[in-house]
Formats: sequence, C-alpha cells, structure tokens
Amino acid sequence: MTDAAISVRDLRVSFSGKEVVHGLSFDIPRGGTLALVGESGSGKSVTSLAIMGLLPQGIGRATGEILFGGRNLLGLSERDMCRIRGGEISMIFQEPMTSLNPVQRVGDQLAEVIRLHRGLSGAELEEAVLEMMRKVRIPAPEKRLRQYPHTFSGGMRQRIMIAMALACSPSLIIADEPTTALDVTVQAQTLQLLKDLQQETGAAVLFITHDMGVVAEVADEVLVMRHGKVIEHGAVHDVFSNPRDPYTADLIRAAPTLAGARPEARPAPEPLPGGALPAAAEACGAGATVLEVRDLKVRFPVHGGLLGRVQGNVHAVEKVSLSIARGETLGLVGESGSGKSTIGKAIIDLAPRQGGEIRVAGQRIDYRDKASLAAMRRKVQMIFQDPYGSLDARQSVGSAILEPMLVHGLAKGAEAQERMAWLMEKVGLDPARAGSLPHEFSGGQRQRICIARALAMEPELIIADEAVSALDVSIKGQIIDLMIGLQEELGVSYLFVSHDMSAVERICDRVAVMYFGEIVEIGPTPEVIRQPGHPYTRRLLSAIPITHPDQRGSRRPILTEDKPSSPIKPVGFQSPPAQWGRLGSDHFVRCEA
Amino acid sequence: MTDMAHPPAAPAKRRARLGLLRRLNLSTWIGLVIVVALVLAAIFAPWLTEYSPSKQNILHQLSPPGDGHLLGTDQYGRDIWARLLYGARYSLTIGIFAIVVAMIVGTFLGMIAGFLGGRTDIVLMQVMDVILAFPALILGLALVALIGATMGNIIIAIAFTATPAFARIARAGVMTQRDREYAQACRALGFSGPRILFRHIMPAILPEVMVMSSLWMATAVRTEASLAFIGLGLAPPTPTWGGMVREGYDNILSSFHLALAPSIAILLLVLAFNLIGDGLRDVVDPRLKDAS
Repeated sequence: MTDAAISVRDLRVSFSGKEVVHGLSFDIPRGGTLALVGESGSGKSVTSLAIMGLLPQGIGRATGEILFGGRNLLGLSERDMCRIRGGEISMIFQEPMTSLNPVQRVGDQLAEVIRLHRGLSGAELEEAVLEMMRKVRIPAPEKRLRQYPHTFSGGMRQRIMIAMALACSPSLIIADEPTTALDVTVQAQTLQLLKDLQQETGAAVLFITHDMGVVAEVADEVLVMRHGKVIEHGAVHDVFSNPRDPYTADLIRAAPTLAGARPEARPAPEPLPGGALPAAAEACGAGATVLEVRDLKVRFPVHGGLLGRVQGNVHAVEKVSLSIARGETLGLVGESGSGKSTIGKAIIDLAPRQGGEIRVAGQRIDYRDKASLAAMRRKVQMIFQDPYGSLDARQSVGSAILEPMLVHGLAKGAEAQERMAWLMEKVGLDPARAGSLPHEFSGGQRQRICIARALAMEPELIIADEAVSALDVSIKGQIIDLMIGLQEELGVSYLFVSHDMSAVERICDRVAVMYFGEIVEIGPTPEVIRQPGHPYTRRLLSAIPITHPDQRGSRRPILTEDKPSSPIKPVGFQSPPAQWGRLGSDHFVRCEA
Repeated sequence: MTDMAHPPAAPAKRRARLGLLRRLNLSTWIGLVIVVALVLAAIFAPWLTEYSPSKQNILHQLSPPGDGHLLGTDQYGRDIWARLLYGARYSLTIGIFAIVVAMIVGTFLGMIAGFLGGRTDIVLMQVMDVILAFPALILGLALVALIGATMGNIIIAIAFTATPAFARIARAGVMTQRDREYAQACRALGFSGPRILFRHIMPAILPEVMVMSSLWMATAVRTEASLAFIGLGLAPPTPTWGGMVREGYDNILSSFHLALAPSIAILLLVLAFNLIGDGLRDVVDPRLKDAS
C-alpha cells in the first residue's frame, strides 16, 4: 500500500469519554474514491473531522493512526495541521449556502485560499482565480469574480466550494454530503464535475453520503458504517451485487428502482382537441373526488426601487389544476422553487391565493367564510417535513393529539382520551407514553405522532409536505409503509409533495411533475417514469442516480447549462394558455410551443 | 378544557421544572439568597429591631454605629437599622410590582404587535419607541411630578418606563416563533389565533421575558432610589433607601455612615437581581454561556 494517499488504522474517536467511532481502518489509493456511507449518528462525519483535526477541542479525542504523506496526522501540532488543511487535504461541505462568507466577493474568497497556500499575489493571483473558476465551469468568470455569493445559485456555490477545495491541488479531498442539499439535476452536474476534476488532478476522494445512488455513481470502494462500527467494506461492484450485511441490502433497496431503469421509447403525444386538460382527466381512480383544484394561482409581489413599489410578481403557482380521488395518492414532484409545496400550503390557507377554485369533497371552499374554512380544515390535514419543528416542544404528545379534537369539538373527556390512545396504537406508538414530550422520541416516532395528530380530525385528505425527506433511509421505509397501511384501512387520500423519487415511486398512484409553477406532466406513476413525455420530466429522471455501478455510462444525464426562464414576471403578465397532449388514457403532457 | 387537555403532561412538566432548579448556577443562588433574605428582613422588620423607623430622639442625634444603635442614628436621632429594614419594604414592593406590571402589559402588547404585524405592529411599536426615546429617569420624574408621589403612582411611572423593553423582546420572540413549523401546523389544524399565540407561542418566549424582568427589577430599584434621592419619592418621614441617601448627603463630611448604609443596601439588591438575571439567562440560553 505504498501508493495510498491516506491510510487510516484503527481510528477511534470519543467525545467526553464516550466512544462514537469504534476502530475504523481504510486506505484510499491515489486517484481513488472511497464512499463512506451511513445514517445520521453513524459516525461518518466525525471521522472526516478527525482526519482534518477539527474535533472540538477538549471534548473530542481520536486515537489510532491516520497516515498521510508518511506522517501520522493525529500526532501533528495545530500549526502543522493548518498547513495541511486546505493545502494537502481539503474539504467540501454539505451546505453551499452557508459555507461561503456572504459579505465577501466570491473571487476574494477563492483568492484567499490560493494566496495562503501557494503564495501568489497581484496579477498572477487573479489569473489563478480565473483559471479555477473556468475549471469548475462558472460562465463569464471575469464578471462573476466580483459578485457576492447571494447572486449565485446553490449549484454554482457548490462549484465555487469545489474550486476552493481544488485550488491548491490537494492529494485528498473530503466531500461531506456535497450534493445532499442540491436538486437532483444540479447534483448530477456536480458529481460529473467532481469526477472530471478528479481524473485531471489524480486526487483521492473520501466521499461521505447516505445515498446509495450517489455511491453507485462515483465510488470505487464502499465502507458502510452504523453506530460507529464498520459493517461492510469492499469494492463497489461486490457490495452492490452481494451485500453481506442486511442493512446494506436495505440501503441499496431504498434507491428508486423504476426511475433507475432506462426510460422506454415513447410515442408522440396526441394533441387534445382545444388543447385544454379535460376535467375528467385529472382524477382517474374510481370513487368520489376528494380534492379538486382548478386554475390555482399563487403570486408573491416583488418590491423594488426607492419607494418599494411592486415591480413584478413571482408566479409561484400558475394555473394549476388537479384532482384526487378517495383513497388515492397523488405525488407532486419537482425541484426546489417549482411551487410544489406552495400548492399544498395554498389549499390549507397557509399561502395566499390570487385565483382559482378549490373544492373539497365536492364543496367549494370560500376562504373568506369562517364556517367554510373550518369545514375545510376538518377534512384536510397536513404533515410537515420536520416532525420536531412541527410539534410544540413544550406540549406532551398526548395533549398534542388531543388538542385538535377538543378545539373542533369532535370528542371530549374520556372519549377523546380513548381515541387518542387508539390513534397512538394505530401509528405504532405505546399509548402509555402519551405524557412524554416530543424530544423524548426519535425522528421517525415524531413523524408518527404528527400523523396521529393529523388523523385525529378524521380527515379525507392529508397533505404530506416532504414528510419523509428528512428521515433516515431505514425509517423512511417504515413511515411510508405506515402511510400506505393507514390509507388502506381508513380510505384517506394523500397529496404527497416530495423531491424524493424513491418515496414517490412507492406510495403514489399518480404523479404530477411541476416546473416553474406549472404542471408539465401528469399521469399514473409507472407510466410517467417509464415513458416521460415532457422534456423536463426526462431531464429530471435522467439525473436520478443509477442503482448499480454496472449501469455506469448506460444513462447520460441530460445536462443543460442555460438558465431557465425566470418565475418573476412583470405586473399584469398573463401566461399563454397551455396546450395539452395525451400519452395514455390518464397520462397527459404539456406540449411546448 | 385546560384540565382535560393537560393531565398527561403534568409529570413531564414537573420533571422539567425540577431540572431547571438543578441547572441554576452559583451566581443565581447567591442572588436568590440575598433577595429572599431582604424580603424576609422587610416582612419581619418589627422583630429584628426594637426601634421605630420614624421615632425621633433629640438626645441621640448623629450617633455613630454601635452604642445601642446597630448602625447609628441620623440627624433626627432615628435608628438607621430600623429605617433600612422598613425601607426595604418600599424598595422591594416598588421594584417588584412595577416590573410585574410592565412585564404583563409590555409582553401582551409586544405579542399582539408581533403576531398581527402590519398596521397594529407599526402603531404599537412606534408608541413604544417614543417612550423608549426618553431616558427612564427623566420620564419617571416627569410622570411622578405630574401625578403625585404616592406608592401607586411611582409604581405606574416606573412600569411605564420599563414597558417598551418587554414589548420589544416579546415582539421579537413571537415573530421568530410565528413562522416556525409548529405554529404553521397549529394553523393547519384550524386553531384560532389567540389559542396559538397564548397556548403555544407564549410558553416559548416566557423564559426570555422572565430573564429580562429580573434584570429590569434591578433598574426599577435604582430608579426608585434615584427618584427618592432627588426628592420625588415617597414623602418623609417614610423611610426609603433613596431618601436616606439624600438625607445622609447633607451630613456626608461628619457622618458618612448615614449615606453609606442605604447605599450598600441598594447595591446589594441591584446586584442580587442582576445575578439572578444573568444566571437565568445562562440556563435559558446555553449558547451565551459558552460564548462568555
């Protein structure tokens, strides 16, 4: 192992005497990529901090050996570590939004790293900065150099972070969930860039992630951690083909399977007469319609100028029509900023509406009328992304489940208590724990509490806004199973808002694809995924990571560098009427002019 | 409704409260001991001294400490120890009540402003800013001069000057909590505005308000003493600490202990309230503790 960029031998990390990483050993050869996989609390990020010598002083302690360039990093002084950090080992963080200093020009931040470690200055320095920006494919770097981070998109910021990490040609790059906060199309671009640059520079990469799809795309070797222990370690093909540990197998299974397959050839859409989406088309399933949304519009004013006048509107949701049948699940997918969450919020009156009609169980909702609003709230409930944030930290969970029943007068006294206990059992919690506070439960259990609270109102529709996105893979599966089970038993419908294709695949009967506030494609989930009709749907699906390293190269992400049209429109702007075409009996797609 | 909704919560809450007591640090305990001692001294004043605070004795004018009088006597021959004990009643009552009034009114107004936003917010907070623009002492002085120096009026005047501070902190707290996911979840569950504000948001901002109130009690004690010192406190012969300092000031060169004893009393009380406030803040917001 003489050509190893880094060798870790029996690394143990403890915090205040409590060991969290129990003996970790690995090597990364030059130019190789090791993926360190695990859920939150598995010790994967702590490992990277130990390598960088960034464990909290006085609390964290690392023992073992980290051999890098012939030296044991654990024995080095802080001064020596400073020279290695950023110079020979560099790090890319998860949050491109917060890893850049917002009050410093992007070029200056990049220049600082280069000056510190390469000692360049003046024109030479500027040329080096420009070269790095060109390397990470920032368009018009001469202009971008003098701009501040807030004018950069998430993907561009992450590219700047990569440029900073690569600025001094490090021999090891630690990438800690570098694409987790990014949209899937941006993730595909970022991974591609990272791979290209790695080939160019021959750097070793330690890639920390929880997403097996990303592992399949980039890794040579995989190391799976759980509770601070290594449970699987091997070459990427072996691990994916024959996982030894059942936990690894679970992780691999959690990747989206339909979307992972190659899309089939698709027939051309047959234009619909008049071009409009037929009303009947929006609800396929049998039975009564629970939710009907017609031409929903949500706009947010953009203020500007000296007097703060309204200069335009963000068209967050533009003429969206959809409907959900009883017992059906409709998925809303799209990237951040596509308006998918806003639709759910507008239905439940957490966002303003500028037009359109919403019917719940056949009744038109008049949002200015208190009685109509109260009726809607009883029938429509919502589950949020962050189960801890959406519970009152000072209220016992039993009381949280009881409160809506009492407020709406659905039950009281012993009857309400009984119903609360029944609900807790239904979602798989012990009713004896009703007196506990939310922080005494785990993340998955808290989401169960939120589901019980939503069910307390006996709703007909539950809007799940990224309800499983923040959960670890193994828990995510359990919550989805719970939601499906409850649907079968209680006949409740879901509007499942998510960017997570594997979850959408598993739970949604139909799926609607959102792009800049508009639905561009809607249809049964398997059809939309296998035969995507709209160019954007195809781009979105092509960017989803592969499920097995054998598929590398079989699917090229459709990458577009051009900036999509802005959702900010001048006051009084009217979007042209949509032209819809039919792909299957319930599969509709927008035809672009 | 409250009884029905909360029985399961009781044990958990009790645990949380006990936890808070255990987490209190040394400085808070020192502050608490001083305040409790002063409160007990004020209540049991008649048992701690044989003298009356207003009984004059021409034969023992300006006698030094010791000699039958623990802390000596003033220029009218009144026992200073007795006056200090009885004076504590006024200082504590005014300090505590003024801030309790300010806390209730200010927090309520601030919460309403923060929750409703828009025009209500602008109008309420502009009024608060105007009040805040005056130095507290000047404003209190003007108010007392205007409405008369009775105990109730002094409490009102000091409460008036402290109200904006509570309004501001409550408004800021409500504004950050209002947009948190749990508050949105409450709205999605169809809870009314007042219910969300007072049942769910208020408990979250109260710790901060409590910390603020103990810090402001120190200020209130000081303001009361200052008012008394410039002659706008309770009318003589009522023993107030500020008034005693003023009277002692006339004889500061010959008998400095006249002014020294009440000054130390004021210092102790202000220090105690500040210690409690700082200690509570560390418990409520651990981040500040790490930073310091």
